[in-house]
Amino acid sequence: MSEDHHITEVSGSGVPLPGDDIDTDQILPARFMKEVTFDNMADYLFYDARRDDGGEFNDHPLNVYEGANIAVTNKNFGCGSSREHAPQAMMRWGIDGVIGESFAEIFADNCKSLGIPAATTDYGTVSEMQAWIEANPDGDIEIDVEAETVTYGETTVGVDIDDAMQEALVEGIWDTTQLMYSNMSKVEATVADLPYVNSN
Amino acid sequence: MSQNTLYDTVWEKHKVAELPNGQDQLFIGLHLVHEVTSPQAFGMLRERDIDVAYPDRTFATTDHIAPTEAEKRQRPLADQQSEEMLSALERNVSENGITFFGFESGKQGITHVVAPELGLSQPGMTVACGDSHTATHGAFGSIGVGIGTSQIRDVLATGCIAAEKQKVRRINVEGSLGEGVYAKDIILKIIKDLGVDGGVGHVYEYGGPAIEELDMEGRLAVCNMSIEGGARAGYINPDQTTYDYLEGREYVPEGEAYEELKQYWETIASGEDAEYDDVVTIDVDGLDPLVTWGINPGQVVEVSEPIPSPDAFEGRSEQEAARQALDHMDLDAGESMLGYDVDVAFLGTCTNGRVSDFAVAAEVLEGNTVDDSVRALAVPGSETVREQCEARGLDEVFIDAGFQWRRAGCSMCLAMNDDALHGDEVCASSSNRNFIGRQGSKDGRTVLMSPAMVAAAAVEGEVTDVRSYFDDGQADAATADDVSEVAD
Repeated sequence: MSEDHHITEVSGSGVPLPGDDIDTDQILPARFMKEVTFDNMADYLFYDARRDDGGEFNDHPLNVYEGANIAVTNKNFGCGSSREHAPQAMMRWGIDGVIGESFAEIFADNCKSLGIPAATTDYGTVSEMQAWIEANPDGDIEIDVEAETVTYGETTVGVDIDDAMQEALVEGIWDTTQLMYSNMSKVEATVADLPYVNSN
Repeated sequence: MSQNTLYDTVWEKHKVAELPNGQDQLFIGLHLVHEVTSPQAFGMLRERDIDVAYPDRTFATTDHIAPTEAEKRQRPLADQQSEEMLSALERNVSENGITFFGFESGKQGITHVVAPELGLSQPGMTVACGDSHTATHGAFGSIGVGIGTSQIRDVLATGCIAAEKQKVRRINVEGSLGEGVYAKDIILKIIKDLGVDGGVGHVYEYGGPAIEELDMEGRLAVCNMSIEGGARAGYINPDQTTYDYLEGREYVPEGEAYEELKQYWETIASGEDAEYDDVVTIDVDGLDPLVTWGINPGQVVEVSEPIPSPDAFEGRSEQEAARQALDHMDLDAGESMLGYDVDVAFLGTCTNGRVSDFAVAAEVLEGNTVDDSVRALAVPGSETVREQCEARGLDEVFIDAGFQWRRAGCSMCLAMNDDALHGDEVCASSSNRNFIGRQGSKDGRTVLMSPAMVAAAAVEGEVTDVRSYFDDGQADAATADDVSEVAD
């Protein structure tokens, strides 16, 4: 991994995705997981929620704020299934960073694996950001991963980014495979002390 | 910070190193693989020219896309995408020397049903799978975590995940379950009380008399739905019930090797001096069967309770969620769930697709028939479960009652095969998620409940208190009239 993997800030226009407990079945319905690559996942993002009964695009925020890079959501976003298809679809659609009141853990882990910063803040701040996006659909929102701030318009607010995620993104060490691969001799030492591995 | 809990002990034994990003590198003792979330990970390995590090610790099965009608399991599968997924898995396991429980093995089934029944899941292990219900294996006193595809790549390549230690919440379940009330009701009650995001940042340690009384299949059902409560993992300390279940299973060593392994198992349980980040007590004495009324597993009531008013929830967003749920389910606050019309009855899944689940449902169905308006599916969690049920003649009870008796797979839990809801059908389901669209139709409606309650709903064509089917339970059984009195 010689390329620059440091992610210190992400920015772009925003899309509000209001609501609590938006689960990964809504983000990426299961029937679209029957593909052996993630290549087409952007096409299926919020597939059902974005369409009316006739199959036409409705007024879902993703249809309104096309080209957005920063999604602003509420509580427990990405709960349910562990499918990485969900953040993969968001990333491939164009989302580079997410802000919310809280994220389900597996979803946040998947974001980290993909280099998508996930920042959290309180309900009031999230609501203000969502309202600001509605008023400024082309306005720029920036997540500063290093400083743990979000700037929109003239406003800068502090946000929380999980320490491990921040470290991984800023230092460019979110490719955990390579990181852990360098410790294989230590892995063998750990394994040697596990009775169940050696009894089989 | 927790101390001397099973979670602390097992974590320390599997910790390889601290990573520069502050996470721990944790060895995974059992890696379970299925067809949907793994092909991309194997692809990433191929791109990097890396071999699978611990093929002997890796086991695969096919479950999500598995057709459950016998004639549809002929290869190539009629559905081209499903065939492609299955073929990719077969190629990946064969190239990497991974044991695969395919259709011909006789052991195929849902990964979280197969690994426990074969004795692969054991106390004191770390278990990972690209599936959020990996917490199931915690029933043995292991740490089971669901992971995404990039983390599957990590485990394939290094045998490890990068993870942060969580807080440990002890959940004491006091009291004892009445007739017609089951492990499924315990976990629904926990989620009802603590919320669907109550477990974020925590693992759940389930204990107390009502948990200790459960057999292994009940414990698996409880741990299975940890994720529905927001907890990444949930576990139960191993005890004699655990050891008795494991002894003699295919992947559990025999004789002296078993005794040695058991000694390890006996050292890992939370100590009497264990410290938890917090402790919650829940009493299940007098608990009624639970059913969901909404679109997440926390929107759930005991059958004796009316559907709550959105105004009863704290906070604007939860009120909004309740309104959305009532709208989707076409229900009103104050109504009883009893009498809610059901179009489909679905028995099975990694939550409730084991022999005891079918046995209790069969007890309800014996001598009864499924209502004419109901399409009823019984889908064993594994082919082993199917054979054991058939050996006991349970399949005949289901077929005689009007259920379709199917082959093993995830089936209508998430409808990646042909088993799906149509339009706005209502499904009485023994599965774990009632999210919008989960069962294959965006207008479909799911009511989560125990297997016995699914059987009763199938017979009556509506949500019914199953206790009316049991001699000892009749007195407790609630009716819709009782509930409306409460609501008034």
